[in-house]
Amino acid sequence: MSASLSLNGVGLTYPTRTGLIQALQGIDLQIEAGEFVAVLGPSGCGKSTLLKLAAGLLPATEGELRLANERITRPSRRAGVVFQKPNLLPWKTVLDNVLLPATTLKLPTAPARQRAQDLLELVGLSGFAGNYPYELSGGMQQRVGIARMLLPDPDLLLMDEPFAALDALSREALTLELQRIWSTQKKSVLFITHSIPEAVFLADRILVMSPRPGRIIEDYRPGLPRPRTLETLNDADFTAACHHLRRHFTHAQAT
Amino acid sequence: MLKRLDITAFLYPLISLAVLVLVWHVSIEIFTIPDYLLPPPASVFSALYHGLISGELWPHIATTLEETLSGYAIGCGLAVFMGALLAESRTFERFFYPLLIGLQAMPKVALGPIILVWFGFGMASKVVLVALVCFFPLFVNTVNGIKRTDPELLDACRAFSASRLYLLLHVKLPAASGEIFSGLQIGVSLALIGAVVGEFLSAQQGLGYLIASASVSMSLATMFSGVLLLAAIGLTGSLIMRAIHRRVVFWEARSEKAGR
Repeated sequence: MSASLSLNGVGLTYPTRTGLIQALQGIDLQIEAGEFVAVLGPSGCGKSTLLKLAAGLLPATEGELRLANERITRPSRRAGVVFQKPNLLPWKTVLDNVLLPATTLKLPTAPARQRAQDLLELVGLSGFAGNYPYELSGGMQQRVGIARMLLPDPDLLLMDEPFAALDALSREALTLELQRIWSTQKKSVLFITHSIPEAVFLADRILVMSPRPGRIIEDYRPGLPRPRTLETLNDADFTAACHHLRRHFTHAQAT
Repeated sequence: MLKRLDITAFLYPLISLAVLVLVWHVSIEIFTIPDYLLPPPASVFSALYHGLISGELWPHIATTLEETLSGYAIGCGLAVFMGALLAESRTFERFFYPLLIGLQAMPKVALGPIILVWFGFGMASKVVLVALVCFFPLFVNTVNGIKRTDPELLDACRAFSASRLYLLLHVKLPAASGEIFSGLQIGVSLALIGAVVGEFLSAQQGLGYLIASASVSMSLATMFSGVLLLAAIGLTGSLIMRAIHRRVVFWEARSEKAGR
């Protein structure tokens, strides 16, 4: 079962030495169950902040966030998070890293171990359960992060530029893989990115954010058929969708 | 390949040590330095050898070791505990951190005579002095290590509802373990200083006492053998600590090698 995320008039203001900074302003958004939504914006537009709010890691100063109709006040089992860095514990093996949510959420051990093994297989790392993170490449570490996110079987996946730090080839492979995983698990996804093609390739809907204070300035549905393959990248509709989104960033830098 | 590297790592300093001993020996011959100022290496080594064979030196070694080890264990244990407490509690930090930093700036051995008055002339006062001396660097390292834990790593664990205790025990302390171990490493040599200073002030036994009492009779060979034994203990202690460091914080060196 997937659940929907809804934000109503969410804003975040925080004090700095030189005065108040408004990071986010009047954000309204709905993510339907099973929907893949990408948030696209220039750096510093507050899109990572938006994800932290949805993860319950940061309280909003205005408005209200709800996950499956429950107010988000702190991290919940229903949401899994992946950041740009894999953020694995270097002193734990791959398997123990994947099992981290089982420990912190006090899930029953035996089924969790089984699920961890299954998830490592899903992300193509079943042979690496006993390895340490430093023995893996960046792309493999990020796969471990994805398996860890999926372990407690969350309804909502929150992904903050998960592939931004990877080389181009790993990035392409993981993008395809994420689509495959998503199509088998059917979860709601909030995917933060600053890459237009990545957003168009993965998402059902793309929300474009303005520079600070971050607001949503477009809600765009390219309507490309699934499953999308590497061929999709050469598709006229794909190119047109990218072109359509790029016009938001011709003045400001999109990287 | 690695084995050969290890051998040269020991061999080269041994060669320079041998050269130093040779210079020592030759300069006594050339400049005719009298025995009561600088004994030749041979008489130092024979004093050391006979002291060890006859068993005269062992009680001194044992006493110093006992004081050093118990003081080290107490001081280091307290340092990690207090460091974790301070890094976790804002209130505790506000009340105590400035005081502790002030104390750190003070040379702890200056407290030696006072500690002697409070804890007597026996072993207890030396243990307290050792604990006090090795407490501070480790304490500061523990606080800094914990505070420098990658905030994003903590957020990633918090996102899975990790409790504060879990974050401290399974994330912050392991993340700080590199700095904790360098504090433990510094503590080894400081602990010996504490023990020797304590014994200089007043003692019936121990290597510091041996050196101090030999100075009364101008027996430099005995004094030198005491110093050499202290050096050997310090070196062994820090080698052991380094080996434990490598084993416990195994990911540190390898992560660096992997270029992260």
